[in-house]
Amino acid sequence: MSAQADSVREEEFHCASETAWCPGCGNFSILACLKEALEGLGLEPSQVLLAAGIGQAAKIPQYLNANAFCGLHGRALPAAEAAKIANEHLTVVVSTGDGDSYGEGAGHFIHAIRRNVNLAHFVHDNQIYGLTKGQASPTSMLGIKTDVQVDGNIADPLNPLAIAIAAGAGFVARGFVGHHDQLVKLMKEAISYEGYALVDILQPCVSFNKLNTYAWYNERVYDLGSSYDPSDRMAALAVASEFGERIPLGILYKAKRVPFHERNETLKSGPPLFKRTTDPALVDRFIEEYV
Amino acid sequence: MYNVLVGGAAGQGIETTVAVLERMLKRSGYSVFTQKDFMSRVRGGHNFSLVRFGNEGVFGHSYHLDGIVALDSTTIREHSSQLSADGFILCDSSIEADDPRVIAIDMNSMAKELGNPRVSGSIATGAILKLFGEPLEGIDNALSASIKPKYLEINQKAARRGFEAVRERFPHLTGTHAGDLLISGSQAMALGAIAAGLRFYSAYPMSPATPLMEALAVKADEVGLVVEQAEDEIAAINMAIGASFAGARAMTGTSGGGFSLMVEALGLSGIAEVPLVVVDVQRPGPATGLPTRTEQSDLLFAISASQGEFPRIVLSVRNGEDAFYQIMRAFDLAERFQVPVIVLSDQYIGDSSWTITRLDPARISVAPVGDEVDQKGPYLRYRDTDSGVSPRAIPGDGRHIVAIDSDEHDEAGHITESARMRVQMVNKRMRKIDGIKAQLKEPAFIGTDNFDVLFIGWGSMWAPLTEAVGLLNEGKEGCYAALVFGDVYPLPQRLLLDKSKQASRIIDVEQNATGQLAELIRRETGIVCDARILKYDGRQISGEEIAERIWEGADNR
Repeated sequence: MSAQADSVREEEFHCASETAWCPGCGNFSILACLKEALEGLGLEPSQVLLAAGIGQAAKIPQYLNANAFCGLHGRALPAAEAAKIANEHLTVVVSTGDGDSYGEGAGHFIHAIRRNVNLAHFVHDNQIYGLTKGQASPTSMLGIKTDVQVDGNIADPLNPLAIAIAAGAGFVARGFVGHHDQLVKLMKEAISYEGYALVDILQPCVSFNKLNTYAWYNERVYDLGSSYDPSDRMAALAVASEFGERIPLGILYKAKRVPFHERNETLKSGPPLFKRTTDPALVDRFIEEYV
Repeated sequence: MYNVLVGGAAGQGIETTVAVLERMLKRSGYSVFTQKDFMSRVRGGHNFSLVRFGNEGVFGHSYHLDGIVALDSTTIREHSSQLSADGFILCDSSIEADDPRVIAIDMNSMAKELGNPRVSGSIATGAILKLFGEPLEGIDNALSASIKPKYLEINQKAARRGFEAVRERFPHLTGTHAGDLLISGSQAMALGAIAAGLRFYSAYPMSPATPLMEALAVKADEVGLVVEQAEDEIAAINMAIGASFAGARAMTGTSGGGFSLMVEALGLSGIAEVPLVVVDVQRPGPATGLPTRTEQSDLLFAISASQGEFPRIVLSVRNGEDAFYQIMRAFDLAERFQVPVIVLSDQYIGDSSWTITRLDPARISVAPVGDEVDQKGPYLRYRDTDSGVSPRAIPGDGRHIVAIDSDEHDEAGHITESARMRVQMVNKRMRKIDGIKAQLKEPAFIGTDNFDVLFIGWGSMWAPLTEAVGLLNEGKEGCYAALVFGDVYPLPQRLLLDKSKQASRIIDVEQNATGQLAELIRRETGIVCDARILKYDGRQISGEEIAERIWEGADNR
């Protein structure tokens, strides 16, 4: 693709809205990476569905030119899964926050892994609640003080990557907004993966998280590199448990799984679900069964 | 008209026995109505079914019995007082019962001789057919629909043994219903949804809504329908909204407890203007309540569930036939107005078997999914229109970008906090109510025009009220009438205002403790009911009970 064609494509996903994010917010980088990833995959905006819940991260579909489902807090996943079931030709990306994904929507997160509908789930993980102004999130570290956690957070942070691997996800990755090119690559791989794909994206919150700053992450993150074998599930679990002095970035685990569309009898063959019609003769036959 | 109770413990095969019996009776020409009274347990306890049949239309239950089939002694103890003097109690000879009406057959020995103790139900079926003067022809076919092939032969033999063991007691009545359907309310609702073009059903198992899910699941592969068991009801409704947004006609179903979990998303359907059908098969609440029993106590909840204000439609289902047509209308209305439509059924409607004339899907036209939209120029998902309904494009089906938002939004679907746009969008959505009102149906009027006392009810009160009006008018021709609402919200008022003027007394009849329809009517019209007949013990009121309450003076309060 020529440079000129690239820029035209980028324009297609560009949406000139003013954002509601704070200057320096990691969401700007995620937005730029997502735009680049979608464009890089050669997708048409009309064939892409961006789904999100509620929160600062969840505003991302507002700032991109693509189909958008801005639903309820915590509930983006079930809606997005069903939209994909209805139209398998849509490229479905759920891009939303850690509160949405691991707090209010934690149950849906586990079951989306089991169901394995083909979609990419990008979690803007800033380890804090932004839109509600700075309370602990499910991934907040122990001891972090907020207006609510006044004595410091006493709940252990959950480990989304270990959970995802343990629950059987086939694509589990971590990116960092400070590593732009790698994040774009991870997004593209996640979108291309056949099945549920999780990318947990480390992202500083410049307004409310004074602990997990750019500097804090930069001191700790490292690339898993080409010597790492992402097909080894036990090794992936070991790497996923690493979050402290060193934080791994890249694809932690990748394996082939049968996606929902190949498991469901109705979807295995035939046109997309939303294009189908019901034969009236079939209905008449069903009615006859009750005579 | 005859009425037989088949009772025993959970796990004794009442359901199969009754399924075969009701099929045989209907094919013999009877109109059959079967009510199921089951406890919330898998084994033990006391369960029963009431099979009522006659050559005239039978559409409700009665507690006055002509026969009892007792698979255990509890059944005799619990129900012999309901049995008429010339009625019978059919039971195994091992059950000790000091009642002259007992017909004891050595079912256990017969079953053992046949080689399987679990064929007692088929022995009983054969015996009942003989008692009511029915032939045994067709039993093989009727059995095969409910019994696995490898047990078929032994059950056929068992039915013959039972048939030979007793003598005819009641004359066969000639009926014209052999060609009718015998179908449960949930099955009829599932067929209606399929006929309407349902493509996606998501639900979490919950009594008494699960039979609807099962009836859809068994047809899903053939129809080209996805039935997805969600992780919870919140996921179920959000899935249905996601599928509908993407162009697949979608529905979710539950009972009151699950519906309680769904209410935030009901508002999402409202503000995002995504067509949605939600079925609430009611049971007594609050919380877990009586899980396998019946009530009509979710009406006021359904009309007000979810925060904020948005247009919605609440339909109820009056009988097995209505279940089919009302659900088809629900899909049509949801699509035409892009609103949530809540369909209120209940355990009585859903689990009972109804004899109904052939269903005709062509009677209801259902609007196609989405609209043709101009492919030129920008697409506005929430374009402000006179009707309040905006042309609906389906994402991925054409070149348009379709954006929906649970936040207040502008015409393009982008988040806004503009005061002007907020008012414009609220007004646009609420404007749909005028169009909705024009589509809703007036209640069914039962009785004759010269009535004096008017009953009002909704949903499953249709059968009891129809029977009660008939019973009460036997002595005083034309004195009683009833209005039974199917569409309940927005409340259709024309017939109510008209008939209430003529009524000297208005009596509210509902299966709840507070008279919720009467409250809605008072709120919407100022009409106050003069008396109430309410039942909330989890057991459906019968026509006879309503008549008895009137004779006891319920309308003189």
